[in-house]
Amino acid sequence: VTSSPSVRSFCFRGGAELLFDGVKKHQVTLPSQPEPWDIRNLLKWIKTNLLKERPELFMQGESVRPGILVLINDADWELMGELDYKLQDQDNVLFISTLHGG
Amino acid sequence: MAGGAEAVRLGAEIERRERELRGLRERLAEVLAGESGADSEEGSAGVSAAAFPAELPPLPAQASLSAAAILRYSRQLVLPELGVRGQLRLARCSVLVVGCGGLGCPLAQYLAAAGIGRLGLVDHDVVETSNLHRQVLHGEARRGLPKAVSAAATLRLLNSTVHYVPYCGALSPSTALELVRQYDVVADCSDNVPTRYLVNDACVLAGKPLVSGSALRLEGQLVVYNYQGGPCYRCLFPKPPPPETVTNCADGGVLGVVPGIMGCIQALEVLKIASGMGSSFNQFMLMFDAREGKFRNIKLRPKKADCAVCGDNPSVTRLQDYEAFCGSSATDKCRTLHLLSSKDRISVEEYKKLLDEQVPHVLLDVRPQVEVDICRLAHAVHIPLSKLEEKSEEYLEYLKKRICEEKQRTNGQTSFPVYVVCKLGNDSQKAVRIIQELPVKAYGPVLAKDIKGGLMAWASKIDPTFPQY
Ligand SMILES: [Zn+2]
Repeated sequence: VTSSPSVRSFCFRGGAELLFDGVKKHQVTLPSQPEPWDIRNLLKWIKTNLLKERPELFMQGESVRPGILVLINDADWELMGELDYKLQDQDNVLFISTLHGG
Repeated sequence: MAGGAEAVRLGAEIERRERELRGLRERLAEVLAGESGADSEEGSAGVSAAAFPAELPPLPAQASLSAAAILRYSRQLVLPELGVRGQLRLARCSVLVVGCGGLGCPLAQYLAAAGIGRLGLVDHDVVETSNLHRQVLHGEARRGLPKAVSAAATLRLLNSTVHYVPYCGALSPSTALELVRQYDVVADCSDNVPTRYLVNDACVLAGKPLVSGSALRLEGQLVVYNYQGGPCYRCLFPKPPPPETVTNCADGGVLGVVPGIMGCIQALEVLKIASGMGSSFNQFMLMFDAREGKFRNIKLRPKKADCAVCGDNPSVTRLQDYEAFCGSSATDKCRTLHLLSSKDRISVEEYKKLLDEQVPHVLLDVRPQVEVDICRLAHAVHIPLSKLEEKSEEYLEYLKKRICEEKQRTNGQTSFPVYVVCKLGNDSQKAVRIIQELPVKAYGPVLAKDIKGGLMAWASKIDPTFPQY
């Protein structure tokens, strides 16, 4: 089964948006691929297509860097299988950089 | 020579007045500290400037509320959720506030007003003018005073029946555990990563709930850690973020009311925990986006069995060196980068000399537009670092044009000097690196150097009328 191209939206907060031209909400069309999209693939895609400069401020290896939380439908991705989570239609993926200021 | 003598005289006069000011500040600090401790026998403990006292006496257990307390707290006493029982619990509760800044000020204010028994106030810093827009317990007259002392003095005017214990020093691995053990609830209102790990570990080791808030720019976050079997800070963030990804309020900016809002919600959660109502943010994070006017509740992971400090086999059983763990300092206001060697840098004094001698050059200011709007040197060419980093054609073309124009004024010297400046001398070093890699063919030989300490050094050492921010 080949999944067809799909429109996905995801958001960046807590300063993570500054790595993406300050744009908080992104709507993108992911190309079709034999496997359903999971977070691992999504991160790879973001790295190649959206994150042009200084990827180390967002990624570390195939995952996000320490200090960034990934939320799927307002839940910690740890509860959803992290990198292996398979994206569903209408899923809301949010990357937040933790704040330290006071 | 008359000018030289006048300069010496003025220098001596400034020094004399500064000494006098220091003396006045010390006296004011003593007076304020004396006031905040006046009504408690153990007042001398903790109010002196050095102070991490060994032992605080337990708060007296009260069987009932006095008539004065009933009148004072009547509007919250009639809430069935609080009632007399809740109010008595507040009076028996002690709260350690780590950081008396943008979060700590409103938090401490509402806790004091609500009748918490004891407030420990930790801060290593003194009040500065740039704090006043958000750190609302301190006023203009408090500049230069320790924040912990200033906060206690203001709070005492609000509610003199609370016991305040100011600690004028940084929370450190050697004192944190002993201190946290003496309190019932801890509020993390700090502004840096090492302190957040330190406070977390101390709370886990001492078994105290931690109400943690943070704010930056137009956003805030809040979580209650180590509470009723929930996760701790390390469960969520086992590894500290790379230091270069961490932004503080000085660099990133913060709208004062945003930490104000987060500090108030922190106070609310402390009051709910202290009075027995329980917190809403155990295993939940509250995110506040001030720009969109939205609050979001995030369901977090549970306590992790493999957590280094609260897990089943903890590797952290005593407090560590958190600055080494995080690769950053808990007390520095700004990070200082050392990317370039000294031959690639010049001081503000050296730059001033070049200006006076009218040496042809380009001064490149790489700060973001919003900071250039605040203040700038009139002759500077402005290209934000971000545009250099992304190698923006438009901006590089502009730089090339300006270099060519200036070069016309020379008789084709071998390498043309470009001096790079920013606020503090960090971004300017990054920019020099980028310029050094530009193709010689297109730009001609260019000698790029950065100005150490940036425009803030210019303001403090060369031109006192140049704004500091
Ligand atoms: Zn933990």
